[in-house]
Amino acid sequence: MADKITVGHVHMSGCTGCLVSLADNYEGLLTILDKYADLVYCLTLADVRHIPKMDVALVEGSVCINDECSMEEILETRENAAIVVALGGCACYGNTTRFCRGGQQNQPQHEGYLPIGDLIKVDVYIPACAPTPQQIRNVCLMAYLLLKGNDEQKALATAYLTPLMNLAAAGTEACGCDLMTEVINQGLCCGCGSCAAACPVRAVTMQYGKPQIERDLCIKCGACYAQCPRSFFSFDVCGQYESITNLIAEVMKP
Amino acid sequence: MEYLGQYKAVYKAKSGCEDILAKAQDGGIVTSMFAYALETGIIDGAIVAGPGSEPYKPEPMIATTVEELFASRGTKYSVSPNLALIKEATRSYGLDKIGIVGTPCQIQAVRKGQLYPVGLRDVPDKIVLALGIFCMENFPYQGLFQMVEDHCATKIDNVTKMDIGKGKFSVYTERGVNSQIPLKVTHKYEQPGCHVCLDYVANMADISTGSVGTPDGWSTVFVRSAAGEAAFNKAVEAGWIIAESMDGVKPGLELVEKLATEKITKNQKYLEHRAHKDHAALKPLRNPYI
Ligand SMILES: Cc1cc2nc3c(=O)[nH]c(=O)nc-3n(C[C@H](O)[C@H](O)[C@H](O)COP(=O)(O)OP(=O)(O)OC[C@H]3O[C@@H](n4cnc5c(N)ncnc54)[C@H](O)[C@@H]3O)c2cc1C
Ligand code: SF4
Repeated sequence: MADKITVGHVHMSGCTGCLVSLADNYEGLLTILDKYADLVYCLTLADVRHIPKMDVALVEGSVCINDECSMEEILETRENAAIVVALGGCACYGNTTRFCRGGQQNQPQHEGYLPIGDLIKVDVYIPACAPTPQQIRNVCLMAYLLLKGNDEQKALATAYLTPLMNLAAAGTEACGCDLMTEVINQGLCCGCGSCAAACPVRAVTMQYGKPQIERDLCIKCGACYAQCPRSFFSFDVCGQYESITNLIAEVMKP
Repeated sequence: MEYLGQYKAVYKAKSGCEDILAKAQDGGIVTSMFAYALETGIIDGAIVAGPGSEPYKPEPMIATTVEELFASRGTKYSVSPNLALIKEATRSYGLDKIGIVGTPCQIQAVRKGQLYPVGLRDVPDKIVLALGIFCMENFPYQGLFQMVEDHCATKIDNVTKMDIGKGKFSVYTERGVNSQIPLKVTHKYEQPGCHVCLDYVANMADISTGSVGTPDGWSTVFVRSAAGEAAFNKAVEAGWIIAESMDGVKPGLELVEKLATEKITKNQKYLEHRAHKDHAALKPLRNPYI
């Protein structure tokens, strides 16, 4: 199938929950593998031992800088993949591995963990812990349109992916605090409540119409800020929600 | 008419149900559409602004019965974070077909959540009816309280209705007492985040509705998406909603468009101002739209 793109799943210091999320597209994943993408690398699902050349690398987990093999693999990933996607909160922002501090058997010196963007250039972010099956599906389909589509499809895919590329360019730190520093402090919060819905640990509640962040509950996954309509909002893309939703439903037909 | 978004049809409309109209803000379109959709299984629950712990302080609520919907009738001029329930509706509430009402920013959040579901697993496909209400601006509860108690000299517990229209903020009580203040006085109480909003008539909703444009007791209704059109036409057929042509209605679409243009132009200017292009020494404030 020459017109498929090649995709790999690279597992750094992650929990495989991001891969489970991809699999939780159920038959949708089979449609993607049938029509749009060949899975060329994924230690959990296939027997390819070394990171091959690929169009898209979905990288899950952060990198333990005290583990030489991990350092080599993240470099190899960048060298072998045209598009590097940080899949999930750990790869984007460190997430729970931000709290690592070493001192545990059997590698007490394994204490330094960094989001992949601190070590290599990352093209696209899919934040959250866990990232949603639908968001991963959308990025895969858009990557396919970007690489294999006609001009119109390429333009749509570019418009769609741009905010996720901007997140990747913006940095590797995330926290519930982003709602304060980047939204409320900037005079942008409209009190919609999306952040509270997105939070996987219920660290965000709405008090008098504004998010209240329980920072000791927050696991630094980046979901709240990315979901907030006042972090990024594209009229161009969201204004076409009906046609884009129909397009996705159409191409996902088995 | 780019300021009014894309739409398939626009109507002067009101509810066909007297019980709904008794306490609806305007034509009772929101409550009637959801009641019809609940009764016929188009939705199995709706996220609405229900009563909260303090008078006129809305609390997002999931209504799964018409009775529950009735409790949410009427406009609360304070922020109701309706999106906060959008994921929970699909979890402990177990809903498959969700209705949600919201101001334009909330409908934008719904669409972003559907296209970029970062923390909203399984939510995108379950939103089937997003009803938008026109919105010029909203008020934090503390501000609303002060507008009512201080400026209108009315105890908020006694208020039976508030509305904004013809340049005034009005409060009504049981005894018919009606206190009005010019909108000019309310500006300082507006939620600052509203000043960057570029949408007046909920351009991204399936159906949007508001009071401006039609006579008292009626609503202006834009039917926008295919899903919105199907549901609205069926509700009209079933008698839940009475819809008439906007032709010749005063003040009509002209006023809606005038207000939409004013809002968007003013807020676009504010966004430009935030860029601080005229002040080399000031860094720009963040713009969510670029
Ligand atoms: C803050 C605000 C500003 C508004 N500004 C304008 C305006 O400038 N011009 C205009 O024409 N119309 C405006 N409206 C809309 C108008 O007041 C009515 O809400 C609309 O016409 C619907 O009336 P109805 O009779 O169809 O709804 P009803 O059947 O009375 O139902 C009202 C619905 O609105 C929901 N609701 C009430 N308060 C809120 C809230 N704070 N946030 C989210 N949902 C809420 C309720 O849950 C209920 O479902 C505004 C509404 C709000 C909340
Ligand atoms: S998601 Fe909504 S409530 Fe939360 S910070 Fe953003 S605008 Fe405010």
